[in-house]
Amino acid sequence: MPGLQVKKQPKKYDAVIVGSGAGGGMAAYVLANAGMKVCLLEAGPMFDPAKDSNQLKNAWDSPRRGASTKFRPFGDFDGCYWGWEIDGEPYTHEGDTKWEWWRARMLGGRTNHWGRISLRFGPKDFKRRSIDGLGDDWPIGYEDIKPYYDKIDRMLGVFGTNEGLENDPDGIFQKPPKPRLHELFIKKAATNIGIPVIPSRLSILTEKINDQRGQCFYCAQCGRSCKVYGDFSASSCLCIPAMKTGNVDLVTNAMAREVLTNKEGLATGISYISKDDMQEYQVEGRTVILAASACESARLLLNSKSQRHPNGLANSSDVVGRYLHDSTGADMGGIIPELFDRKRYNEDGVGGMHVYTPWWLDNKKLDFPRGYHIEYGGGFGQPLYGFNWGIENLNGTYKIKGKQKEAGGYGASLKEDYRYFFGAHVGMAGRGEGIARADSRCTIDPNVVDKFGIPVLRFDTKWSDYEILQAKHMKETFAEILHSMGAVITWGGDDTKENNYGLHAPGNIIHEAGTVRMGNDPKTSALNSWSQAHDCKNLFCVDGGQFVSQADKNITWTILALSMRASEHIVDEMKKNNL
Amino acid sequence: MDRRKSLKTIAIGTFGAGVLAEACKTEPKKADTTPVAANTTDAINRMPEEKLAQEKFDSAGKFFTDAEMATITVLCDIIIPKDDVSGSASDAKVPEFIQYIVNEMTEHQTPLKGGLRWLDLKCINLYGKAFVDCTQAQQIEMVDQIAYPKKAKPEMAQGVAFFTLLRDLTATGFYTSEIGTADVGYMGNKPNQWNGVPDDVLKQYGLSYSEKELKECVNYDKA
Repeated sequence: MPGLQVKKQPKKYDAVIVGSGAGGGMAAYVLANAGMKVCLLEAGPMFDPAKDSNQLKNAWDSPRRGASTKFRPFGDFDGCYWGWEIDGEPYTHEGDTKWEWWRARMLGGRTNHWGRISLRFGPKDFKRRSIDGLGDDWPIGYEDIKPYYDKIDRMLGVFGTNEGLENDPDGIFQKPPKPRLHELFIKKAATNIGIPVIPSRLSILTEKINDQRGQCFYCAQCGRSCKVYGDFSASSCLCIPAMKTGNVDLVTNAMAREVLTNKEGLATGISYISKDDMQEYQVEGRTVILAASACESARLLLNSKSQRHPNGLANSSDVVGRYLHDSTGADMGGIIPELFDRKRYNEDGVGGMHVYTPWWLDNKKLDFPRGYHIEYGGGFGQPLYGFNWGIENLNGTYKIKGKQKEAGGYGASLKEDYRYFFGAHVGMAGRGEGIARADSRCTIDPNVVDKFGIPVLRFDTKWSDYEILQAKHMKETFAEILHSMGAVITWGGDDTKENNYGLHAPGNIIHEAGTVRMGNDPKTSALNSWSQAHDCKNLFCVDGGQFVSQADKNITWTILALSMRASEHIVDEMKKNNL
Repeated sequence: MDRRKSLKTIAIGTFGAGVLAEACKTEPKKADTTPVAANTTDAINRMPEEKLAQEKFDSAGKFFTDAEMATITVLCDIIIPKDDVSGSASDAKVPEFIQYIVNEMTEHQTPLKGGLRWLDLKCINLYGKAFVDCTQAQQIEMVDQIAYPKKAKPEMAQGVAFFTLLRDLTATGFYTSEIGTADVGYMGNKPNQWNGVPDDVLKQYGLSYSEKELKECVNYDKA
């Protein structure tokens, strides 16, 4: 029997795209609709929300009642394959540093389960160094990206309201849903202490947008992915429509190993392993577009060493893997006694909050340089595993229907207690901007490979005082809001300096960015302002890797806008034969 | 990508399950190897690796013996009995749920198995019989000593930890069943049109939507 051989795909494509999430899906969509022949490589299996979503399943349809597993850390019904750990695909850490790395393996990637929070970056978010002297300015400004935000608002749909806020730009919004009861409590309480609460901005269709997609029917389960395509996922709204053009060959279960280059140093294609037959393949393209996630794209580049690119591809600047940063995150929750024994009705609403708080303060007057927004939760959620855990912490503390009971208990009295407290919980989560630093990075671990023989990433990231002080401020704010609404803090209220005020480990908020950043200077950036590698003109990176900084705004909408902008540029340059 | 928010944690509420300090170390050999979930219809979309793992869980032997399951069933029905709103824990097949979930959440195995033995030994010392063989009055007398963490005697602390965990598992199993979900009054998980908080509820809390909200938000004609 012959040894391992590499099979070359005979077809030469205009573009080989690695990854089918927001960035890769958008690139495939734009290129395919412009008539370009695209090979779309996805490391996981096919996934079509119309067929594969767990939407509208009951808790008892799951043997574990929706509890999480290593395959679905956000619960058995969640719409994302894999998460923090993947069998046979390790990652390592420098010393005692932490980075929690979420990896989706499926068509559409993690957009199948994301929170649909679709915030535009504001004008200040592109020019932070000019404002506070930290990090770097982007090579582009809001005016460069605004036309693309406008296009994706129209094309993909997002609800919200135009508030005329300076750094939270208006958009082309569908109508938002009305606030739920606990959200009215939050709005009243926060507004009373000077904290604004406005309708959230989520890419969920409250109005019909085209004949391919249905309207939201308010099941609150966007996280499971939507059978009627009522919310944005790259699978349902980009990849599947792109495939319908006939110009996209999707290769699933294809784990990219390396970007191939020629003697001139140009990219020629991708080498990958098929998980289906464990054979090695190569596919060629006029251009190569990386959208494998910020860290996977960096890993691919660092693993693509050649004579022309001895430090890894697109890495003569040595910035690939550096400036890795996640959103900051800290949370707190409580219970609202006024909501005990609530009248029952269906308040599922859309999948996520109906209101949120954009950043409202001036950092010049604070001891941390960047802002955060606040997300809210609460109300009558679908009972799933973990529901009603720890009743002894509640039922001895509050009078129930006028009676003081002993904590704990059993029997008919206990059943009364569970009913009494249902729907009275509320929670809030801060999501903020940290500083992208050169020393916060991932590199290739010299000693470890994954089960495909691909060298793995080693992470070396730490929070600085800027992020820790921001988390402290979050916690103080949450406590004030909860106090103002007459709520009692039930979790997240005991954090101190010793645990960074409850600041989540980096990576945990799943907004990885910065590892292949753009800039005008090839000495300090990997990509130019068109997401194109300085060192390799037919190589692009259109995921979170290209971000210089990530604002306190969830990054998906900006990945989409940047990818659309880069992809239209690629089409233009190809038509001019510049690529 | 931020789906974490607080919702999951909110649903869970506050944690309070203690750790049983004196758990039974020598576990008896598993006698029954009948698949624990042979009749479970798993209706969830799963990737191939998940399907393999699920088959393993489903074909795993039963962790609890029949005698232990009998005790669990009595305790579950003491915790969640039939009342004028809904059925009991065993009506909702909570004991079967517990038998399944310990195969997956193995951290519950020793606290439960050890706790069951602790309970039987206490009952034998006090009443001369294992828990299931005690009279109903004796069972309740025993449960009263471990069901209230704040007033329980220190020498009952291990029993309190056991009962607290069993109460949590029973409640979570019951309220995630069809019977329990109806009991607690969760009315969602079905297609509908969200038209805001009902008027009578707004009135009850002295709240109203602002003109801005009424103008800007989605409105559906009320049927």
